[in-house]
Amino acid sequence: MGEKKATRAAYGEALAELGAKYPELVVLDADLSGSTMSKTFAKAFPDRFFNMGIAEANMAGVAAGLATCGKKPYISSFAMFMAGRAYEQVRNSIGYPRLNVKCAGSHGGLSVGEDGATHQCLEDFALMRAIPGMIVLNPCDAHEMRLAMDALAEYDGPAYIRLGRMAVETVTDSLEGYEFRLGRGVVLRGGSDVTIAATGLMVQRALAAAGILEREGISARVLNIHTIKPLDSELILASARETGCIVTSEEHSVIGGLGEAVAALTSEFCPVPVVRHGVEDEFGRSGKAEAVLEAYGLTPEGIAGKARKAISIKENSK
Amino acid sequence: MTNKELALSAARGRRLAMEMVFRASSGHIGGSLSSMDILTELYFEQLRIDPASPRDPGRDRFVMSKGHCTPALYSVLSLRGYFPEKELELFRSIEGHMSGHPDMQHVPGVDMSTGSLGQGLSAAVGMALAARLDRLDYRVYALLGDGEVEEGQIWEAAMSAAKYSLDNLCAIVDVNGLQIDGRTADVMPSEPLDEKFAAFNWHVIMADGHNFDSLRAAFEEARSFRGAPTAILAKTVKGRGVSFMENDPGWHGKAPNAAQYEEAMAELNAAVKRLEVL
Repeated sequence: MGEKKATRAAYGEALAELGAKYPELVVLDADLSGSTMSKTFAKAFPDRFFNMGIAEANMAGVAAGLATCGKKPYISSFAMFMAGRAYEQVRNSIGYPRLNVKCAGSHGGLSVGEDGATHQCLEDFALMRAIPGMIVLNPCDAHEMRLAMDALAEYDGPAYIRLGRMAVETVTDSLEGYEFRLGRGVVLRGGSDVTIAATGLMVQRALAAAGILEREGISARVLNIHTIKPLDSELILASARETGCIVTSEEHSVIGGLGEAVAALTSEFCPVPVVRHGVEDEFGRSGKAEAVLEAYGLTPEGIAGKARKAISIKENSK
Repeated sequence: MTNKELALSAARGRRLAMEMVFRASSGHIGGSLSSMDILTELYFEQLRIDPASPRDPGRDRFVMSKGHCTPALYSVLSLRGYFPEKELELFRSIEGHMSGHPDMQHVPGVDMSTGSLGQGLSAAVGMALAARLDRLDYRVYALLGDGEVEEGQIWEAAMSAAKYSLDNLCAIVDVNGLQIDGRTADVMPSEPLDEKFAAFNWHVIMADGHNFDSLRAAFEEARSFRGAPTAILAKTVKGRGVSFMENDPGWHGKAPNAAQYEEAMAELNAAVKRLEVL
C-alpha cells in the first residue's frame, strides 16, 4: 500500500504480460503510445503493435476488422478522442456487431491538468455506457487496473476502460479479502449513516472523506465502483436500504455518469436521497492536476460536504 | 460463368432488388442497380468463398462500405446460395432479420456490419492486416460509393492501408456521380478520385462497372499487383437497367409506387427474358 502509480502505467505493463499469454492480442494506438503507455506492449511485441497515426475513427474501424478475424484488439488514445471523437465508430463498428474490441481512454477527467478543457474528458462514461452491451470500467489504482486487465482479456465483447494520467496511491492491494470481479463493486469500508459510491481516483478521496466524517461522528460506508456498467445493483440497493442515503463521486460530469446511473437505479427500486458529486455542467480548465481537482471540489472535503447534505435530506424527510 | 450467365444473374438480382424495395416501401434502389454488376462479378467470379461455410477463416472477405445498398447485396447473397430467396421478403421488416443495412450477426455471408458511411474501408484494412498476421492468403474487398468518399475516415483508412502495403486489399468505388442531394460534382466534388487515391499511394485502375470483361481485368490486375492496395474506380450509371431511374438522384433512397413498380418490372423482366433465350 502507498505506492503511487498511474493506472495508465499499469495498463501498458498488463498489455505486455497479456501479449505473451494471448498470441491473438494486438494493440493499436493513435500517436499517443508514449502517453497511453501502450508503448510498453509495442516494445515487447513490435509485430503486433500498429500505430494508426492521429486518426482515431479509422483506428476503431481497423480494430473492428481485426476482431472479425479472431484477433483480440486493444485500442488506446486519450479519453476525449477514444470516447468522444470516435464515438460513432465505437458504437456502429464495434458495439453494434458486438465485436471483441477493448477501447482504452487515457487521460480521462480533470486530472489531465495543464492541457485544459479540450483534453479533459468529462463525458466518456455517459457516452460509452449509452451503447448497448458496452461494459465500462474505471479502476481506481494500478493494482486494480492490472486485475481489471486480466478480467477484460477473458471477456469476449466490447468494453471501454478509462486510464488516468496522474499517479495515484495504490490502496486495493492491502485490503483483506479484496477480489476483482467484473460488474461487482467492492466495500472498502463499512458504515451505517451514508454510502459513498466512488469510482476511479475518487475512491482514495472517498476513503479520506470517510475519515473526516468519522471524526464528526458520522459512519460512512465506502464502495469502490470500478465497473460503471453493468452496475452492481445488488450492492448499491443493499447499501441504499442499509444506510438510507448515497453520495456518488466521480471525476466526470454529474450528467450521464455513475451518479445518474445510481440515481436511476435507486429511484426505481429503493428511493433514497442520492447526491451526485462530480463536475457540474461545465468545462474544465488548465492547471496542475491537483490544483484543478481542488478548484472543482473533487476533494475529500468536497465529498464530505455532499455526505452531510445527503444525511440532512434523509433526516428531513423522516 | 460466362458473361451471358453473369448478365442473367445480375438481371435477376436487379429484379429481386426492385421487389425488395417495393415490398418494403423503402430502401435504396439507385445505388443497388448501379452496383449490381460489380457485386455479381465479385460473388460469382472473384471471391474465394463457400456459401456452405460462411465463416471459414481462409475465405475472402467482402465489406459493403456503402451499406445502404442491401437490396443489391442481399439479392446477390441469396442468388449465390447463402440463404433462400424467400428470406428477401422480410427485407426491412420487423418480422425478420433482413435489416436495412448489412448486419453480420444475422445475415449469412455478411462479413461486416456497415451502414454508417465511411466506416467499412477501415474494417477491411483490419481484415487485411489480420491476414498478414496469420500468414493467410485471403483477399479483402470493400465497395465504396463516390459520395461516401466525402467522409474523412475513408482517407484515414486509405493512408493506413498504404502504410502497411496491404496488397491483399482492393477497394472498388461505384462511381455513379450522384448522391442524395444531387450530383456529386455539385454537392461536394470528390474528383479526381484517381489522382487522390494515387496520391495516397494506392494502385489505381479505371473500369467500366457494367462490363464484366473490364471488371474481371481490373480484379485480375489488382490480384497480381504487389506492394500497395488497389482502388478500382468503376464507372457506373445510377439506376442502371430501369430507364426512368437512370441518372436521377431522386431514386437514391425512394421506393417506387405501384405504377412505377410495374413499369420498372416490365423492363427488368424483359431484360431477364432476353438473356434467358440467348
